[in-house]
Amino acid sequence: MDLDALLDCVTTSSCLVTQSTSGLIVGMLLFMVAAGLTLIFGVLKIVNFAHGTFYMLGAYLAYTVFTATGSYTLGVLAAGAGMAVFGVVFERGLISRVYGANVLMQLLICYAVVLICDDLVKIIWGADFYAMGMPPAFQVPPLFIAGGVVPPFYLLLIVVALVIGGGLGLSLGVTKLGKIVRAAAHNPDMVSALGINTTLLYSLVFAMGGALAGFAGGLAAPVRSLTPGMGFSILIESFIVTVIGGMGSIGGALIAAVVLGLIRSFGTIGFPLFTEGLMYIAMIIILVSKPSGLFGKEIV
Amino acid sequence: MTKRMLTRRSAIASAAVLPLATPHIAGAQAKAVRIGMQATFSGPLAQSGITHRNAIEMEVERINAAGGLAGRPIEMIYRDSKSQPQEAARVARELVNTDGCELLLDAESSAGSFAVQEVARDLGVLCMHSSSETSSLTADPKYRAPMSFRSSRQGIHDAIVGGAYAAKVADANKLTKWATCSPDYAYGRDTTAQFMEYLQHFKPDIEIIAQAWPKLGSPDYTEVITKLIQAKPQAMYSALYGGDLTAFINQGNIYALFAAMKVFSVNLADYTALTAIKNLPKGIYTGNRYVVTCPDTPANHAWGDAYRKRYNEYPTNWSWESATGMMFYEGAAKKASSADPKKLAEALRGLKIDCPFGAGGTVTMRADDQTCVGYAIGWGTTVPQAPFVEGVKTADWGVIFEMEAEWKKKNGFN
Repeated sequence: MDLDALLDCVTTSSCLVTQSTSGLIVGMLLFMVAAGLTLIFGVLKIVNFAHGTFYMLGAYLAYTVFTATGSYTLGVLAAGAGMAVFGVVFERGLISRVYGANVLMQLLICYAVVLICDDLVKIIWGADFYAMGMPPAFQVPPLFIAGGVVPPFYLLLIVVALVIGGGLGLSLGVTKLGKIVRAAAHNPDMVSALGINTTLLYSLVFAMGGALAGFAGGLAAPVRSLTPGMGFSILIESFIVTVIGGMGSIGGALIAAVVLGLIRSFGTIGFPLFTEGLMYIAMIIILVSKPSGLFGKEIV
Repeated sequence: MTKRMLTRRSAIASAAVLPLATPHIAGAQAKAVRIGMQATFSGPLAQSGITHRNAIEMEVERINAAGGLAGRPIEMIYRDSKSQPQEAARVARELVNTDGCELLLDAESSAGSFAVQEVARDLGVLCMHSSSETSSLTADPKYRAPMSFRSSRQGIHDAIVGGAYAAKVADANKLTKWATCSPDYAYGRDTTAQFMEYLQHFKPDIEIIAQAWPKLGSPDYTEVITKLIQAKPQAMYSALYGGDLTAFINQGNIYALFAAMKVFSVNLADYTALTAIKNLPKGIYTGNRYVVTCPDTPANHAWGDAYRKRYNEYPTNWSWESATGMMFYEGAAKKASSADPKKLAEALRGLKIDCPFGAGGTVTMRADDQTCVGYAIGWGTTVPQAPFVEGVKTADWGVIFEMEAEWKKKNGFN
């Protein structure tokens, strides 16, 4: 524990800016994965343990498209679109068969998909790790804001994640489709009785969840190593975000992801040997004081 | 009935004629020496097993073409340990007891190697460790086994060489404030402690002002990088490796980390990492894992080029360590004129062989702790394109032996 260093950091503008932006970027990527996870749970009450796989496949897809075309934008779009399609196939082909079944059956199917996809990645791309490398447009020196170091690429990621997250929140909040999705989360039978095609709706939710994870994988690909099984670590952190924010709450996921990012960025200064532990302590505190999570009562 | 008689006649005829008719073929058909190798062939670390096996296949082909081990061809049997020490031990036992392997070539990381060591001790089987770099495996008498040898490099050797090299750079550039960033488990912590110990031994005014211990396999190093930048060290040591190191460098690049401080990365000079990093910064100090420029000899270039031509990829540190293990078995069989494991073990003790990876063109299986010495260790600096590492300065083994003896004495490893 180094509280002096932490105090120094929060009272120095350079450290405050650097650590805050680093916390935000970690949080935003987490949010994009966790948002899909929480959206699927909110509507379908399915805990998608295969969600990290969507992130992994999105990263590999972005890498492949970027390598083939040289366009990072195309890579990210392909990752989002590809995972939306994958989400629909996954939902229609497998998950839809275990709606209402024992949670263990759902877990088994998700875990099987994780293992199969990890092996498929090894067959297609190999067991070796890959790095996409920074797109040429972002191979620029970092910005110095109030003495703090802020890479332009990370600013872009934060903005893109906020736009996607904001767009999702807005579409769920004000559009007709959003109202239907929220209604389905409350009472799917009634929504179905009103003549709304819930099968299509569920597929759409999985497509949105998959696209979010795919976008996150594509956006993160230039700075993270691509390895089979890379979805696992982000899945664990996404679950923490989802639990802290409240299962099913997009807004909760955003707040929790940013809080977690900041815990990590400032925790590594003040509690260098216990940064991971801090995240779990935060989760325990929230669960004890508010078992449904920060925004648990809100159902999307 | 007829069929039975014909069969019997054929058998008798064959038995009578064969030894007379084909004496030279009988030699070529000598019973193969089965060598069992367990390694990680699945999961995120599958690349280690694959590149171990690639190098072994090359060596086996060469050795068999030259007559095998004392006239007996080598037959390799590979098993996946799935990175689990208990599985490595189980598979090693099975290779000997069920598959009839007379020799083992252990290609596990350290946790698995310690488990295999106990199997080798229990079964009395000849075993060549070709992956574990944990020094105590052979240095500590309590772990040493009479029939076990090591062809891989050792952490203590790397620490001494790295410390001595870094001290010279630190002296020349007046680098006294240091930070470290290594994976948070035994290897990362031990290696970092040893490196800093020798750095401070050679340059006592070094001060460690920040240390970061990211989790192994961590996807994101942003907060670690910003912490290091905030601490404003003049130099940093890192024992990160593989995909972790690649991610760290890619993320460090966008924070201009490598312009803010001198970076010493012990595990960077392996082609796996060097080729995966798209924007490799110039001027990172790195210890060699495997590069064709260390040693910068025709033999090493030829071996590296042959590997690349055959597999369409660069060899790794694991590749040379396994190849050296096979070369030691080959050399021992020549010396003993036998493939008998006990005679091989006897021949291995103190055996010096020609080897493309040797600092002076040779490596030696040191008799007292049955471990490989004399291999090329060097440090150089990175350049963005092939050969990726230049200005490699190879270490003086006289200094290594002297410091290693002190280290053993201090730890009671005699």
